[in-house]
Amino acid sequence: MKSGSNLEKVFVNGHFAVTAELGPPKNNDVSVIQRKVDFLRGYIDAVNITDNQTAIVRMSSIATSVFVIQMGMEPVMQMVTRDRNRIAMQSDLFGATALGIKNIVCLTGDHHTFGNQVHAKNVHDLDSVQLIHMVKTMRDEKVLMGGEEKIEGDVNMFIGGAANPFADPFEFRALRTAKKAAAGVDFIQTQCIYDMVRFKEWMKMIRDLGVDKKVHIMAGITPLKSTGMARYMAKNVAGITIPDALIDRMAKAAKGSEEGIKICVEQIQEVREIEGVHGVHIMAIEWEQMIGKITEMAGLLPRPKID
Amino acid sequence: MSPVAPKIVAFCCEQSGVLALDMAKSSNAKLPDNLELVPVPCSGRIETLYLLRALESGADGVVVFACYEENCRYLQGNIRLKSRVGYAKQLLAKIGLEPERLEIFPLATNSGVKCAEFLMRKSDQLGALGPNLGKTAKE
Amino acid sequence: MIKAEQKPFEEILEYLAPYDKILLSGCGACVTVCHAGGEKDAALLASALRMARQKMGKPLEILESTPARQCEPEFAEELSETIGQVQAVLSVSCGVGVQTLARRYTATQIYPGVNTTFLGETVAHGVWEERCQACGNCILEKTAGVCPIARCAKQLLNGPCGGSANGKCEIKRETDCAWQLIYDRSKSLGQLHRLTEIIPAKQWGTQSRDSGPRRIAREDLKV
Repeated sequence: MKSGSNLEKVFVNGHFAVTAELGPPKNNDVSVIQRKVDFLRGYIDAVNITDNQTAIVRMSSIATSVFVIQMGMEPVMQMVTRDRNRIAMQSDLFGATALGIKNIVCLTGDHHTFGNQVHAKNVHDLDSVQLIHMVKTMRDEKVLMGGEEKIEGDVNMFIGGAANPFADPFEFRALRTAKKAAAGVDFIQTQCIYDMVRFKEWMKMIRDLGVDKKVHIMAGITPLKSTGMARYMAKNVAGITIPDALIDRMAKAAKGSEEGIKICVEQIQEVREIEGVHGVHIMAIEWEQMIGKITEMAGLLPRPKID
Repeated sequence: MSPVAPKIVAFCCEQSGVLALDMAKSSNAKLPDNLELVPVPCSGRIETLYLLRALESGADGVVVFACYEENCRYLQGNIRLKSRVGYAKQLLAKIGLEPERLEIFPLATNSGVKCAEFLMRKSDQLGALGPNLGKTAKE
Repeated sequence: MIKAEQKPFEEILEYLAPYDKILLSGCGACVTVCHAGGEKDAALLASALRMARQKMGKPLEILESTPARQCEPEFAEELSETIGQVQAVLSVSCGVGVQTLARRYTATQIYPGVNTTFLGETVAHGVWEERCQACGNCILEKTAGVCPIARCAKQLLNGPCGGSANGKCEIKRETDCAWQLIYDRSKSLGQLHRLTEIIPAKQWGTQSRDSGPRRIAREDLKV
């Protein structure tokens, strides 16, 4: 076992894992966290805590993760390399593991110019691949970066990373995920899937590289709330492609939101059948209250209880 | 109202402007007083600096007689001139001088009457605007 | 070369407000190439400033001089007689030139007339793009001749990130994704396999600005 987290145990025991996402509050109001945790309770194995996503200042993912543990749920702490150098990140890893956090997802992060602090100094001391390697080294070799300083005790994390099968250059995306596997990643969560054909092509490349044998791939799914949302995402969000057929289906439906949930459930059922996919990561942005319904309709309940 | 006519410096392309003005003179068309002609082999020879220096050293207005855009003998000369005049106008705005003090008048060799009429209108226009307050040299 | 852009006219006017006689010094090197502070650019700026101040009723005498380079003491020395005659200097050289003058002329205020922006290439007439960040440890051999430190918005060494789409960067659609360029060139060099090797974390401390201002001293060249 890498860290013995619930998420790890679910994978190791051969279950299809389910994670969701929780965005911390844009202030220090803990009740926001409580409300979101209550929406998710019982429907998932662990929840990703985002790290100043889109470079908008929110409560830190480490603090939010601790509250989530106190509220009885397992966090997957996201850490971006955009804002912190290696000193701060290794320091946070000591703190996070001491506070009982057992899962981490290592990301580069959205560029800070997208957020509300556009004049900040851009850090990027490391990239996501190097961060994954850093965490693995702390865990398995018990040394800090640079290899000189020995670490007393255990810094055990179940290490995750991200992948985007829909970005360019397509031929390289699976190879980049293979790089993350070589760096030491234990699981990968993908960007949300609408183009199922492209995702299946990417999964084939992953299998051909043998990456599915080394890491647990979780398919990213985001339910569409409305036709407007579908059109907006297709047009404006880099790295997301939505087939016209899906947009048409949303447009023709009597109730867009209901159709969106149906599509989401179908997608979950479809990715479950793909060899190498070991779970789903459901990103219900500002719609966390639907996770219960989605997981129920998709036949993902009850979640396994493992000691 | 000043008794002296506004000073106009006219850069004249030798492929069009110079010949047009010769024609204006020989047909006794009326031209404004206080006009200084500066011949250039192509309007593209005019550097942005000359436009500003002309104003600085006493012109109330600067005009450029250049060939029509498709007709430049040196292919792109008048296109470059157009960009430079655009840049000079931005500087004029920063300085606080009116954009009318700098203008391109495209023409052909036989535009004698037209260019004379244009110069008369420009002189009246500059008279109404008043003298160029940025000039550092006296008349 | 070093690229720069002239500061806004209003800002320069504000610097010069207290004076009635200044030197405007250009530079014959980098800022000439990017049309920010060469002899002609300096002359144009001087003419505009004189007219603006004349119009304001506060004439400003501007002497003009453009040494071949402003970043070397010998060239800075050339200006000494002229600087003795003025109240202040507006230098449209890059920041290095301004500081070289400031170090030599301790009793005269030297104002920067340009914002020094980046180390770049002339891509087309009138267009310059950032190419180098002077990180002190060049890895262009590993990245098929495209620098990810200067050209990737996130300075990734194992890119591209998930925001690369159609060869463009997610933060500005006109900007090429450096890692797409690295990928394409690696492919044309027959070196795609190199991109599967992990490039380890950069040593920012030993060779770059992060350890403080840098210095090179060649003992063999000192007299």
